[in-house]
This record gives sequence, structure tokens and C-alpha cells, in this order.
Amino acid sequence: MTLTTPVPLGLPVGDQVISLQQVWKVYRSGSLEVEALRGVSLDIRPGEYVAVMGPSGSGKSTLMHILGCLDVPTEGSFHLAGDDVGAMSQDELADIRNLRIGFVFQQFNLLPSMSAWRNVELPLAYAGVHRHERRRRAVTALEQVGLGDRVEHRPGELSGGQQQRVALARALVTEPALILADEPTGNLDSAATTDILALLAELHRAGRTIVLITHEADVAAQARRVVRLRDGQVIEDTGAVP
Amino acid sequence: MTWLDTLRTSLDAMRSHRLRSGLTVLGILIGIAAVILTVGLGVGAQQQVTAQVEALGTNLLIIAPGSTTSTTGLRGGFGSASTLTQADAAALASPVVAPDIAAVAPTTSSSQSLTAGTANWTTSVVGTTPAWLSVRSRTLSYGAFFTAADNASAATTVVLGSTTAEQIFGFDDVVGQSVNIAGKPFTVVGVLAPNGSTGSSNNDDTAVIPLSTAQQRVSGGTSRTTVSTIYLQARSQASLSAAYQEAQTELLSLHQITNPASADFTITTQDSLVTTAASVSKTLTVLLAGIAAISLLVGGIGVMNIMLVSVTERIREIGLRKALGARPRIIRRQFLLEASLLGFTGGLLGAAVGIGGTRVLPHFISNPVALSTPAIVGSIAVALAIGLVFGVYPASRAARLAPIDALRSE
Repeated sequence: MTLTTPVPLGLPVGDQVISLQQVWKVYRSGSLEVEALRGVSLDIRPGEYVAVMGPSGSGKSTLMHILGCLDVPTEGSFHLAGDDVGAMSQDELADIRNLRIGFVFQQFNLLPSMSAWRNVELPLAYAGVHRHERRRRAVTALEQVGLGDRVEHRPGELSGGQQQRVALARALVTEPALILADEPTGNLDSAATTDILALLAELHRAGRTIVLITHEADVAAQARRVVRLRDGQVIEDTGAVP
Repeated sequence: MTWLDTLRTSLDAMRSHRLRSGLTVLGILIGIAAVILTVGLGVGAQQQVTAQVEALGTNLLIIAPGSTTSTTGLRGGFGSASTLTQADAAALASPVVAPDIAAVAPTTSSSQSLTAGTANWTTSVVGTTPAWLSVRSRTLSYGAFFTAADNASAATTVVLGSTTAEQIFGFDDVVGQSVNIAGKPFTVVGVLAPNGSTGSSNNDDTAVIPLSTAQQRVSGGTSRTTVSTIYLQARSQASLSAAYQEAQTELLSLHQITNPASADFTITTQDSLVTTAASVSKTLTVLLAGIAAISLLVGGIGVMNIMLVSVTERIREIGLRKALGARPRIIRRQFLLEASLLGFTGGLLGAAVGIGGTRVLPHFISNPVALSTPAIVGSIAVALAIGLVFGVYPASRAARLAPIDALRSE
């Protein structure tokens, strides 16, 4: 497995990929108010490998949704690669997710009726890339994760580890500024876990910015920087390591 | 994402839920096929009526004794004492009095027994003038029609309908044969070409004899100078109403009637016959098409139902697509296209079944079924529109889903 593609971040050195300033997220259901995030500030520089840890209910999923532009903060500001996400429309948020963020989910979230390459090309289709170009780039991304011989296989014909690698290829294919992995090894056995973590480490070495959300200490140990959350606040940050 | 990509996505979704898509399509299919068949039945009935009335003759006016008592324009007073005479017919035949009338055929009609050898056949014996042939748009398959000289001399010549000839003699070409009408021997001079039925009466079961012969030798009694019907032929379709006016004015003055409302005769045009007959079948068609339209509506609600189920079931997929960068508009487009495809497929298949039905149905029922191209094109368009309209709500629901809620749901 070799990762040869350089990372075109398009950012001046020193600029932040992620900049959260005093972010609050309050959910209301009826009369009940839940403060999921209570003033989180976080800066992540290009090329960092950050693990976000915390017990369930600590707000790490909410943080992940905000970082992934799937949700917007109730208060505070969030800049992704220099752009103010809080001021964006639905369409702009969709475009940001499409171009700047690569998601890896615990449940893989592959479409079962489509072959591996059709799953990988999906973000490119939403980006309006031409069909032939999509196929070429999807196959390249699958080769990067070591699935060059599984291009036409459907998710059901692949093992869990292989499915997560397809998902990783899908996250890579748009060459995003940020790879956001939410418990990527949560549904995998130890061999597949090692496999995926090795891939993430390799992506990091190739210069990708990765935010990994996990509650497992050994998974978090892979990252160079660990941010711990508890009750919606950052209680520990091992600090930026370039 | 291009339209082609969206189309591919929608087709994928339909394919992966074959049974569900199939049943939805079936709902639309039945509605569309029902519309095509009912409209086909209605149009077929109207065409049949038009053809029957046309078979009476072209540019035809029919004058019957008695007055109009119903609003339908049909011979409401028929059966009252005949007020039409040969003199009326002769006056109308004058090019000075009625320049728009091309030909006049006064007729009497009575039911008579025809015998030849051992054969005995009762049919309607029509007494008329040679103009009858052109006025009623009839042709001969054998022999010739009787002449004006035959009429003048009250000759015992007869022209038989093809069915009548067949019934009495057992074969068609009966020219020269002898047949007894009301006990008097007649010579067959011609046989009419088949013309078909008009409503309940068979135009091919008749015997046509000179008017004077009918009045003097067959019917006798009071009907020696009166006639039962006068058929007029206008010079053209355009002069039909002029001919109508001329006939009415002339007859009113001959009968010394000043108020047209109290006329002792009724003039019927082919158009009014067509209109009357067509209005009946049109009412029926509208009723049937209404029922068919309701079944189409039910099919449309089926599409909406299935699409709503589909949106709920594929909530994770929608969330994923949004996370990967699908704009709300793209999601809406995907589901709208899917709903329209269901409608369109149902429309195409329904049209196919409907077209097949118009071929098969006439074998089981006696009514003709016409293939109406506007109905087919229209119903496919309607099916597409139904998919589109009933897809709007589910599609916008899908588009409005928040990506996290969609991704979270299990």
C-alpha cells in the first residue's frame, strides 16, 4: 500500500483547517434543553492527526456533526479552511461537505445495490465531475486502499474491513481538506482495526488532516494529538503537534 | 450531478424494489388502460352512430308528418294522420321554389308479405321515385333501378334488398325473377348493394317499388295521395340549412300554416340525428371516463404512498447522500424523477394494455371500440403528471431531512 497523491490543501502554511471559537450547541426537545457543547474552542492545523475522545454523552458526536458541517453551532463560530460555516446556506453546506470533507462512519454507510467503484464515485457525481473521470479517480482511490481487485464487488461481497476501506476510498476521492472518521473501527475485528488504523496513519504521513472520533484508548493512541471531552467541554488537549 | 446520473440512480432504486415498484406501476396501469378503453368505447359508439346516419344518405333532410313534441328533434308526432302529399314533394322538387334541394324522394312504407314459390317473407315495402337511389346513397349490385316511366305507368317492377333476395330465393342475383307482393306478381329488376343496419332496422331487408304502384296496387285506401316520408337531398353540406329553410317555408305555405310552431310536419337533418344519438353515448362516455379517472387518481395516491414509504425506508441513504454533498434540490429531483418514472412506466404499460384491449374487447362485446390517439397520448402524459404531482410531497420531505437525523436513524 503506497499513498503517492500529495495533498493539495490550497492553504497558506499556518492557516487553520478547523477553527472553533466558543462553540455552543443546545438541543431543545419540548421544554427540555440539552447543552451538548458548552463553549468548545479548538484549532486544528493542516496535516494534524487528532483523536477526539470522551465517554458517551460527552458531546463528541455533536462535535463531529459540527466539524462535518452536518449541523451548525447554536452559538460561537466555526471556520473550515478559512470559510465561516455559520453563515452558509444549505446548498453551500452541501458543497463544503462535498469538496472539503471526507466522511468515514462506524456503519460504513455504503449503498448495498452499487458496486465498490460506484460507491466511491458518488461524491464526485455530486461535484459534477464527468463520468469517465469519475471512474478513473474512483479506481485510483480504491487502489490506494488496496482494493484495486475489488472494483466491481458490491458491499455485500466484501468483508467488514474491506467495506470500511471502500468507505475510506470514498472519503479520499475528492481530495478533501479534512478526513472525519467517526468510530471507524467500532464495527471491526482486531485484524481489520489494525488494517484501517495503518491506512489512516499512512494517510497522515502523506500529509492529510485527520480527525478521529473514538472512545477506545488504543485507537486514540495512534493519533499525535488527543482532545478529551467531558460534559460538552474540552478537559484535555495534548496540544498541536505539526 | 447530471440528469442522466439522477436517472440512473432512480432506475437503480426502482430495480432494487422490484415488487413494490411493480405494484405501484400496476395501479397506474389499470387506471390508464381503463381510461383508454372507456374513451375507446365512447368514440367507437359515436363513430358507429355517425356511420349509421351517414348510411341514410348524404346531405339528407327527412320530412315526416306530425309535429315535434320532444326537445330531441326526433319525430315526436309520428303516427298521427299523414299530412304529407305527393303534391308537397312535387313542389319541393321545383328548382325555382327550392334551388338548394337537389333531389326529392317521397316514400310510403308498409309491411307486406312477399312470396315466390314456397318462400314467404315479410318485409318493409317502400314505394318511392327513382330519385330515392341517389337521395339515400344506395347502389345496385345487380340489374337496374326502376325508371320514371315505371313510376308513371305504375309498373309492377321491384328492387329487392340483398337480405330479402337471399331470404326468398336463396341466392343474390335474382334479376328477372318473379315475386308476389300483396298477392300481385312483380318482376325483380335490380338488387341493392348491402348497406348495413341503422339502429334496429336492417337497410338490406327491403323491397322498393314505384310510388304510384305502391299507392294504387299495394296499400290502397287513404294513402293513395299521401306519403309517409319525404327525403330531400341538399346540393351540398353548405346548402343544407338553406334547403331546410326552403322546404319549411314552402310546406308552411302549401299547408296554409302561419305559425311555424304549429307545423304539421317535422324536418330532421342528419346533423340533428347525429347530435341526438351522440349525446346519449357521450353522456355514457363521460360517466365511464369519470370512473376511470377516479381509478387513475387512486393509482396516483398509490404512487405517493409508495414514495413516502420509500423516503422513510431510505432515510439513511438520503442522509448519506447529503453528507457526501448532495444539495437538497438534487435529492428532491431524484425522488421526483423516481415518482415520475413510476407514473410514466405505468402510463406506457397501461397504453399497451389499453391498445391490446381495444383489439380484444370487440370479440366479447358487440360494441365497436375505437383507438383514440389523443386519449393514448393524453393518458400517458397524465400518468407522468400524476407521478410528478404525487411525488412532490414525498420528494420535498426527503429534501428537507436534516442530514444528521437521517444518518442517525436506524
